[in-house]
Amino acid sequence: MCGPLMYAFLKGGVPPPKKPEKQTPQRKNIPWVEKYRPRSVNDIAYQDEVVAVLKSIVKNYDMPNLLFYGPPGTGKTSSILAMARQLYGAHYTSRILELNASDERGINVVREKVKLFARQTASSYLPDGNRCPPFKIVILDEADSMTNAAQAALRRTIESEAKTTRFCLICNYVSRIIEPLASRCAKFRFKSLSNDAMTDRLKSICKDENIKCSDEALETLRKVSEGDMRKSVTFLQSCARVCGEETIEKNTVLEVAGVIPDEVIKNFIDKCSKNSHFSLQTAVEKLEMNGYSASQLIYQLLDVILNNDNIDMKNKAKICEKIAEVDYRLIDGADEYLQLMDLGSVLLENLPNY
Amino acid sequence: MSLWVDKYRPRSLGKLDYHEEQANMLKKLVQSGDFPHMLVYGPNGAGKRTRIMAVLRELYGHGVEKLRHEHQTFTTPSKKKLEISTIASNYHIEVNPSDAGIYDRVVIQDLIKTVAQTNQLESSSQREFKIVLIMEADRLTKDAQHALRRTMEKYMSTCRIILCANTTSKVIGAIRSRCLAVRVSSPTIEQIMIILTFVCKKEGLSLPNELAKRIAEYSQGNLRKALLACEACRVQQYPFSDDQEIPKADWEVYLKETSSLIVEEQSPNRLLQIRERLYELLVHCIPPEMIMKKLLQELMMNCDGTLKTGVIQAAARFEHRMQKGQKPIYHLEAFVAYFMAMYKKFLEDGMTADW
Ligand SMILES: Nc1ncnc2c1ncn2[C@@H]1O[C@H](COP(=O)(O)OP(=O)(O)OP(=O)(O)O)[C@@H](O)[C@H]1O
Ligand SMILES: Nc1ncnc2c1ncn2[C@@H]1O[C@H](COP(=O)(O)OP(=O)(O)OP(=O)(O)O)[C@@H](O)[C@H]1O
Ligand SMILES: [Mg+2]
Ligand SMILES: [Mg+2]
Repeated sequence: MCGPLMYAFLKGGVPPPKKPEKQTPQRKNIPWVEKYRPRSVNDIAYQDEVVAVLKSIVKNYDMPNLLFYGPPGTGKTSSILAMARQLYGAHYTSRILELNASDERGINVVREKVKLFARQTASSYLPDGNRCPPFKIVILDEADSMTNAAQAALRRTIESEAKTTRFCLICNYVSRIIEPLASRCAKFRFKSLSNDAMTDRLKSICKDENIKCSDEALETLRKVSEGDMRKSVTFLQSCARVCGEETIEKNTVLEVAGVIPDEVIKNFIDKCSKNSHFSLQTAVEKLEMNGYSASQLIYQLLDVILNNDNIDMKNKAKICEKIAEVDYRLIDGADEYLQLMDLGSVLLENLPNY
Repeated sequence: MSLWVDKYRPRSLGKLDYHEEQANMLKKLVQSGDFPHMLVYGPNGAGKRTRIMAVLRELYGHGVEKLRHEHQTFTTPSKKKLEISTIASNYHIEVNPSDAGIYDRVVIQDLIKTVAQTNQLESSSQREFKIVLIMEADRLTKDAQHALRRTMEKYMSTCRIILCANTTSKVIGAIRSRCLAVRVSSPTIEQIMIILTFVCKKEGLSLPNELAKRIAEYSQGNLRKALLACEACRVQQYPFSDDQEIPKADWEVYLKETSSLIVEEQSPNRLLQIRERLYELLVHCIPPEMIMKKLLQELMMNCDGTLKTGVIQAAARFEHRMQKGQKPIYHLEAFVAYFMAMYKKFLEDGMTADW
């Protein structure tokens, strides 16, 4: 090894440029949703009440059992992980047990795993000598897909392990958690992120990643994500990849998000106004060939129909009823072509002819 | 000797003959390193699988083309054993979980975990992740889709998932919010014509433009169907002629005849006869929704304009019931009976009006 001075001395000249630090590939290659997962409870956007409570837990070590609920991508999983990280520092993985819908969660599995985990005593010091709360945390993510029987069994477990263990249940639908279980927890609702909160966060990611995104594109990104922060971050990253060095524009966002262009919707409505079943059939075939999703189509179609003043109320009502029916059938797995034909036949009868 | 559909399948992103812009986008995605989970969707024969394989090749090189067919055994919670066949290379594994029916969740859960946890990629590949390719993702049960949610996040550092589907309608929002969706639309008539002409040229054949056009139109955007039909034309007659007949699939011809029989006579006896024919199609594994769809198209061509709305709505209603129900035959037959009643009434009303 020789320093620059020594090098100059020996070889007489300037030292070769230092090799750039080898980038840690892991860091670079993790997707943004993970990269920008809040690390501390302070980083959690928009969920002020929850954040206040979590902060006080971090300070006073006084934690009730928790139940987090709310729509996808609003920070539920992130919040509890961030709190655990703050409580236990680097040792947080040994102090939490995370069980989710992809793990086997029959009654016995949950009971056994939790028991085993709870049995190990939890001291109020970490191996590094720092103080920490004298309990561990069991996180039951996606608890709404647990069977009622498993939930009932959990009730007992929560009580019997109360000395050493706290529970945090997370779900999208609070109504699917049985009442006796819910009543053992402090409940917190996570709200869909507000426009401002979402825009701020997206902007800050753009800055960190050094990408350009037009205001209009940002606005569109926010709209298509419907308060789901995860969705918006995934979309943003995809757009960034598609655009490379160039500025992200509205159209890319729409394409990446699978939004159907307005002209396509308009064209479909036009074809249905011709009062010809043949023209309806070709229109539906064309949609099918383009691969547009039928559920996305009816979602956007509804908007256009409602805002069209040339259709009278009674006809609108009939169309809307059919849209609702088709939506329901699609969720059941009905064939898209046939459902769009059905919807189209109702449009045919209820749209003013040109 | 392999069929044209296999022989002329493009292998790399650069060789894809249409939607070049999308192919470029995919290339950039691969180069950027932080490859996302993907949901590739589009109609049959639009080239989804070809595109996915080209992406894999771009990611890992020729190694992905050394395929092994394997049988994997899974155990359900009720201790039932399931055998599923998979296709795998050193870098990826392809599976069709709907082969496991209602136990698809077990397959997904086990497979992804094993793949993600046994991470012994050769260092030469320079990728830290393997790919799990899930075919027919729109046929996954809700249960399996829910199980995918956290799995997709948890094992992301070692495993990426590519879902292939006909439509996104049946994929739950939580999964869609975790994937980059890539829509592969059908090639246009012109694009299909170009590909057909190209393939024929490679085979040393000359394909008249008019015939190419007719085959492309017949295929309705399904490139596989177009290539198969073109090869069938070749077997039937060469040199080609502009107006030579395009050999149709047996089941299509059979369904056309079936619909003529329905329009010709409406009676309990005829209904019985139709039932036999529907059974015949079902035992030959023609998907019931395809039968319903084709029947509708044929019947619409043969009935009065005033009846069309009724026929369409009936087909949509009965097909939906079919998805919820157990035996497709009930619902197909109910549709035929419904049509017969409606059609007969129309004819009779017409006659009294004439009187
Ligand atoms: N409130 C928030 N503040 C900042 N980022 C957020 C917030 N909510 C979600 N995110 C972003 O979205 C990603 C997913 O969030 P998280 O896993 O916490 O969602 P979730 O509420 O658990 O959703 P699901 O119900 O689908 O499990 C995070 O990694 C983060 O990038
Ligand atoms: N870009 C292309 N250029 C030329 N030929 C293509 C291209 N893409 C696909 N093909 C041909 O089209 C055929 C069908 O493609 P592929 O199997 O990828 O379709 P698919 O979308 O997966 O269909 P399915 O949903 O029915 O399985 C292939 O056999 C291949 O030969
Ligand atoms: Mg979560
Ligand atoms: Mg395929």
